[in-house]
Amino acid sequence: MTRLFTFWAAHRTELAGLLAQHVLLVAASTLIAVAIGVPLGIFASRRPRLSAPIVGIANIVQTIPSLAMFGFLLPVPLIGGVGARAAIVVLILYGLLPIVRTTITGIAGIDATIREAGVAMGMTSRELLRIVELPLALPSIAAGVRVAAVVGVGSATIAAAIGAGGLGEYIYRGLSMVDSTVILAGAIPAALLALAVDGGLLWVERQLSARRRSASRGTALAAAGVALAVMLVSGGAVAARSSGAIVVGSKNFTEQVILGELVAQTIERETGLPVQRRLNLGGTLICDRALATGDIDVYVEYTGTALTAVFHQPVTTNSHTVFTDVREQYARTGRTLLPPLGFDNTFAILVRGQDARSLGLRTIDDAVKVTPRWRAGFGYEFLERPDGYPGLAKAYGLRFNGEPHVMDLTLSYRALSSGQVDLIAGDATAGLISALDLVQLDDNRHYFPPYDAAPVARAQTLLKYPQVRTALERLGGRVTASDMRRMNYAADAEHKDVAQIVSAFLASR
Amino acid sequence: MPALEFRDVSFTRPGGTRVLDRFNFAVDAGDVVALVGRSGAGKTTILKLINRLLDPDSGDVLVEGKSTRAWEPIRLRRRVGYVLQDVGLFPHMTVGGNIGVVPQLEGWTAERISARVDELLDLIGLDRQTFARRWPDELSGGQRQRVGVARALAVDPPILLMDEPFGALDPVTRVELHQEFKRIQARVKKTVVIVTHDMREAFALATRIGVLDAGELVAFDTPASISSSADPRVRRLLES
Repeated sequence: MTRLFTFWAAHRTELAGLLAQHVLLVAASTLIAVAIGVPLGIFASRRPRLSAPIVGIANIVQTIPSLAMFGFLLPVPLIGGVGARAAIVVLILYGLLPIVRTTITGIAGIDATIREAGVAMGMTSRELLRIVELPLALPSIAAGVRVAAVVGVGSATIAAAIGAGGLGEYIYRGLSMVDSTVILAGAIPAALLALAVDGGLLWVERQLSARRRSASRGTALAAAGVALAVMLVSGGAVAARSSGAIVVGSKNFTEQVILGELVAQTIERETGLPVQRRLNLGGTLICDRALATGDIDVYVEYTGTALTAVFHQPVTTNSHTVFTDVREQYARTGRTLLPPLGFDNTFAILVRGQDARSLGLRTIDDAVKVTPRWRAGFGYEFLERPDGYPGLAKAYGLRFNGEPHVMDLTLSYRALSSGQVDLIAGDATAGLISALDLVQLDDNRHYFPPYDAAPVARAQTLLKYPQVRTALERLGGRVTASDMRRMNYAADAEHKDVAQIVSAFLASR
Repeated sequence: MPALEFRDVSFTRPGGTRVLDRFNFAVDAGDVVALVGRSGAGKTTILKLINRLLDPDSGDVLVEGKSTRAWEPIRLRRRVGYVLQDVGLFPHMTVGGNIGVVPQLEGWTAERISARVDELLDLIGLDRQTFARRWPDELSGGQRQRVGVARALAVDPPILLMDEPFGALDPVTRVELHQEFKRIQARVKKTVVIVTHDMREAFALATRIGVLDAGELVAFDTPASISSSADPRVRRLLES
């Protein structure tokens, strides 16, 4: 609990920004959902035959998991891609159902005599809608808007996966760091926001249903309007402040967030250009897609990942060949791979420091003679990948005491340290390696492909801002594996603020 | 020229029941006609044919000499006031708001509307200070019915249609409103068609009474002549 408050206190500016982003996402999408949903509901209630299909489609849309919806929208031009726009589109789609449905039921629930009185006194169907039907359906519609907004607050947390920001940032960050404090740091404000939105809109709804008090009705609508305007303006102000010329992205794990921040601060320091951070994007595919569409200008990729996951090429092991190959493929698609930062985030075969020292283990070959007595623990991905365990076992003739245990990658470091297993495959830059006194065995047969970290940027951006290219080129070779481990450790284990870690690192150069 | 006239009007409900078959009927300006009959006799259909909520299958309904088919429905309805049994006051508007709806649709200025609302509240005998700002659910049944009449009279239409206007009221209030109606009609002199299943109400209000039986006008005459009619279908209603 104390850690949570410490975290909030340390990140209060960021927290306020994320909260504002969250509110803006929900307010903008709810507003647009009302603008589309109410007319759609009116249309449906005028044509009862279309009403069932319209509600049906809205129902189906709502059953699509939001992460899947973001995935569908990624390649769609104009409304898709990554960032707030795509997130708002998804939130609008979710908001439509409750609004359309309550508009239909609100209008359908009006006493037939009242409608007949309107028609008989010579109202056109428009006048009937404006003077009679909409005012009487308003409380019902307000209930739909409330549901849409509350659902929106929840769904908007998912939007962090595509770089729309909001409180989901903390949730994703916490998930990738396996740190429940950070998860709660985002989840609790999101829950409170949902309760506040629910309570506020419930109040508006009650005022509207007290149909006799025309004055209070006006007050309620005015209050809702003012609140919405304040949200949009304040959210917009925050969003505008953070919008800038250069957009830096990153994937959603600690090292990537640190590298994104490193690139961002480097550009800020050396060029003075405003930088917008779009960190914690949902994975390689999303970062690559965002770079292709121009939603981001630069992010840090690993050469081996680019080769296999982006360009679908077979694995090769010479780091220089991989780098030039990948750089050429990027160049053909309008993107520039900049010089590697200086460390290789490859798989690291790790053993306990005391074992390495007492048995004199330096390379994987050294370990082969002892492994038949050892137990191994590997992440699921490592067991499955073509460049993972099966190939490794063949390349070195490795055998273990029983089948390797399947375990979560993050947990495997502690499993090794506490003696539950004797050998694991981790990340070469994991902060826990030095913290837990683990030793990486040298891949002396060069089995693992290289995963040299290097910024990849849009060629257009670099042409327009040559000073950005200069700044990023000067980052080349500046970050060693132990630098990276230290920064990862500071973030994951010491829970330090990423921006501070990076600025301390840059200051120490 | 009669203010209202039905010429060989036939009308069949969507279900296929023939309600009116070559129906003929005329109302002179300033007359108060009560149409009496059992439920299902076609009384409400006749009213809805007049303000074009329904169109006849064949024949013509003439309002001020012109077939309803030739009238633009919105214009026609604003020249024909309509009072429903359930009144149908708009629950989200005050009494003043309800009375002022049609003037507002007609684009009257706010001052003219509020003056008219006051005038009509005077006419229906409700205090203008107290009632203009009241809400429909704060009114008694009788008051609501009066407001319904005022709303129908708001833009001074020459014709007033009333569908069982006093049917839902208790007998004492009903008699009171009958007196009130006669007083108002003496001042406004509209052409009125009232639909009722209550012969006593017809005698109390009408200058002419039409007796409907299965979509047929079996008698149409002054109250005095109706009361002495020998027609069994009329007698049956008289004695009920």
